[in-house]
Amino acid sequence: MIRFIAKRLGSGLVVLFVVSALTFCLLYVSSGSIARNILGDQATVEQVAMKEHELGLDQPLMTRYFSWLGDALTGNLGASWFSSEPVANSLATRIPVAMTMVFTAMILIAICAALIGVAAAVKRGWVDRVVQVGAIIGDSIPGFVIGVILVTILAIQMGLFPATSTISPDSGAEAWVYSMSLPVIALLINGVTGGAQQIRSAVIKQLERDYVRTLRSRGIGEREILFKHVLRSAAPAGLTVLSLQLIGMLGGVVIIEQIFALPGMGPLAVAATGQSDLPVVMGVVMYTVVVVIVVNLLVDILNGWLNPKVRVS
Amino acid sequence: MSDSVETAAAAAPAPAAPTPSNHAGQSGTVVRSTVIRRLFKNPLGIAATVILLAISFLAILAPVLAPFDQNHANIAKTLAAPDSVNILGTDSSGRDVWSRLLFGAQLTLLSALLCAGVAIVIGLPAGLIAGYYSGKFEAVSNWVVSILMSLPGLIVLLTIRAAFGPSVWMSMIAFGVLISPSYFRLTRTAVQSVRNELYVDAARVSGLSDLSIIARHIFSVVRAPIIIQTAAIAGVAIAIQSGLEFLGLGDPTKATWGVMLSEGFKNVYLNPTLLFWPAVAMALTIGGLVLLGNAIRDALEDGEKIRHRKKQATPVMGTTAAPATARQSRKSVAAVDAGTEHHLVKVTNLGVGYPQADGTVKKVVDDVSFHVDRGEILGIVGESGSGKSQTAFSILGLLPDNARLVAGSIQFDGNYTVAPGEERVDQARLSKLRGRRISYIPQEPMSNLDPAFTIGYQLVTPMVRVLGISKAEATARALKLLTDVGIVNPHRTFGAYPHEVSGGMAQRVLIAGAISCEPDLVIADEPTTALDVTVQADVLDLLRELQQRLNIGVILVTHNFGVVADLCDRVAVMQNGRLVEEGSVRDILRNPKEHYTRTLLASMLEGKTPMSMLVSSQKEPVA
Repeated sequence: MIRFIAKRLGSGLVVLFVVSALTFCLLYVSSGSIARNILGDQATVEQVAMKEHELGLDQPLMTRYFSWLGDALTGNLGASWFSSEPVANSLATRIPVAMTMVFTAMILIAICAALIGVAAAVKRGWVDRVVQVGAIIGDSIPGFVIGVILVTILAIQMGLFPATSTISPDSGAEAWVYSMSLPVIALLINGVTGGAQQIRSAVIKQLERDYVRTLRSRGIGEREILFKHVLRSAAPAGLTVLSLQLIGMLGGVVIIEQIFALPGMGPLAVAATGQSDLPVVMGVVMYTVVVVIVVNLLVDILNGWLNPKVRVS
Repeated sequence: MSDSVETAAAAAPAPAAPTPSNHAGQSGTVVRSTVIRRLFKNPLGIAATVILLAISFLAILAPVLAPFDQNHANIAKTLAAPDSVNILGTDSSGRDVWSRLLFGAQLTLLSALLCAGVAIVIGLPAGLIAGYYSGKFEAVSNWVVSILMSLPGLIVLLTIRAAFGPSVWMSMIAFGVLISPSYFRLTRTAVQSVRNELYVDAARVSGLSDLSIIARHIFSVVRAPIIIQTAAIAGVAIAIQSGLEFLGLGDPTKATWGVMLSEGFKNVYLNPTLLFWPAVAMALTIGGLVLLGNAIRDALEDGEKIRHRKKQATPVMGTTAAPATARQSRKSVAAVDAGTEHHLVKVTNLGVGYPQADGTVKKVVDDVSFHVDRGEILGIVGESGSGKSQTAFSILGLLPDNARLVAGSIQFDGNYTVAPGEERVDQARLSKLRGRRISYIPQEPMSNLDPAFTIGYQLVTPMVRVLGISKAEATARALKLLTDVGIVNPHRTFGAYPHEVSGGMAQRVLIAGAISCEPDLVIADEPTTALDVTVQADVLDLLRELQQRLNIGVILVTHNFGVVADLCDRVAVMQNGRLVEEGSVRDILRNPKEHYTRTLLASMLEGKTPMSMLVSSQKEPVA
């Protein structure tokens, strides 16, 4: 098991390296006029050249990448070219906001999607039809559109929730939960509809397996078959669905934070993208890839625990 | 927002065998026309097609239909309500909402097409090569795919935007690359599943080049799943593109639905209807694509989907169900006919059917009667599809959910498990018998053990549940059972997972499980078919020895007269759901009355394995 984890971690580091190199090269394309953008039209050619030297833009690509990589390995992700704020600091204040939302939404999705999906698979009938229709509606309306609709109706027109959620946890748990409700709901609706649908298919697939019939023939009760055998076998498929949703949500949360004016990754990423602020964009990408690697590793470990075949090999 | 690459890929339908007839490359056109016909029988399919056609039409004719240019701003008339000039009103810069909606449709559809096109151009050939030749290329592409799949789409697009500036086309090309794994995996899986099919081999032997094999055979298999996948991907592309524009990172000179939504959101306090139109346009387009994909998939999954009706009291064609007066309430089950109580199991005029989409019921078992006594082995012989397994599962009460008992009755040890007139097996009655008094030996050993639990657990738990004995006692009994079925090292097998033992061993474990609670009746469904010939003989010997020692009744379902001759006392021959002949093994082997029995016997005596459909068996339509 330890070797398995070490192997996965190793390949995760390779992915991290490859993605960082590719991103850095891509962003290099845009860095030609960056010094001019920072200083504005009034700056003289000499000032621009000095700025480029200051940012290291006069160095060749390889030198720049490896100096960035060397710094990054020591935890120094550089500073924003525009605000000069260290990237690590910006991330440190913003990641908690984004992660709180993502993980709250994910936990709720896992619970709701599993309950609804299993109910649809076992009971069929109207529950099943509601899930199917829900999945189509969820697939049809992008998450951020749902967010916009929720704010407009529930916050702006009905006044049930605050439209913007800049309240910090310090201002009391109740106010905080209240202000976080809408963004989290906007984030999780697609996940619940899609997840329930896919968990339903996974459970139905297991229910049709031969061993389920044999367990029935042995006199094992339906409930025990469902909860002990079927759900366990369907769990890896469910986990994969959820992990893919979590990865997708890392992007989704950027838009949701923008809609609700939350001080998370959204505003940082959007501003940095608009200005081609390379150190900040690199920081955002690296943070994302690290989260993805950790999530995938956790899913692999859980799957190994659920499936003895994986554990052995 | 879960509209990421990965969700689309996960939602991709299984590419395996879109339609059975697709395997014959030549019948492709026939298949396509029936699929299209089925698609247009489905109201949702029609609705989706109409919506998408209408939006495409509006998008293509946008320059003609739009009264204003997309950026024409009338500063004097901002946030105006709809009137005869601006039929949907104007936005905060005085631009015509209707015109911008039309140009937005154009850009949205084109960008979705570009994205899907790029993804196909990359994913399809790569998947074909990886699936057809496998080897190094497959290993490398799998690695690339796993990286692409683990990147959140929006974050990648943000990076692309930072690198290349605001360009719809650039971001859609990038997203196409990012999402190409879904085509890659679809194609590779489909190709792998047909690569070793005989007809592809035949094509290769007959000297066709790899290219024409791919073009003719494999492409016809992946075509349909790709259409479905494209619908899904176009929807995801529209969503993510709009998201990017909503963030203000799109091309500011272009009218798009995302920009319009963002503009509406900024003015939500002044004029919330600005939000309404782009949101509706998006939902209609993406919804149309989702519905179209679903409708095509439904049309492909042969139209025989059973409509679940609340009351399936369908009067079945052919033999009439028992008269209503014979229907018994669950509480008081009728007593069985006098003089038949001594039979261990007695099946009378049994009929099993499956309701079809058109309201008829397809019968798979029709008017079958037989009985089994204690200490007796009855063989049920017939080719695949003769209804022998369905008969066996009726006795166990383990028919699929959509099966209906359309006629007849089943009694076990003097009580009805299915009384005359009952449509479904009463699980309350049978669950008391299953495991305890009636048990089952399946055909395929490996798939009948739960891979996630040890063999020991799977032997012990039924004994604990059914017999109510302690875990320690059950463990001791399980170890003894494993020895009884001829396993040399019972402790090791007890602790092993199913994938750690051989097929023959697994079948012995299943036999041990079947007799663990000392049943009166064992139903063995082709217990040796999946095993090697040498192991087959061992398993049959074991069955006979156990049966004699425990004096149990056995129903042995098989297609093999050799097994019957070896083991059975009596034999029932089934064909097309009917019982054609029944008698003692000696009589039937020596003096078969029915032509079909003789054919079955002949096919065995010539030393062939009668696995395939017999040539001389005439398929008579059953009732």
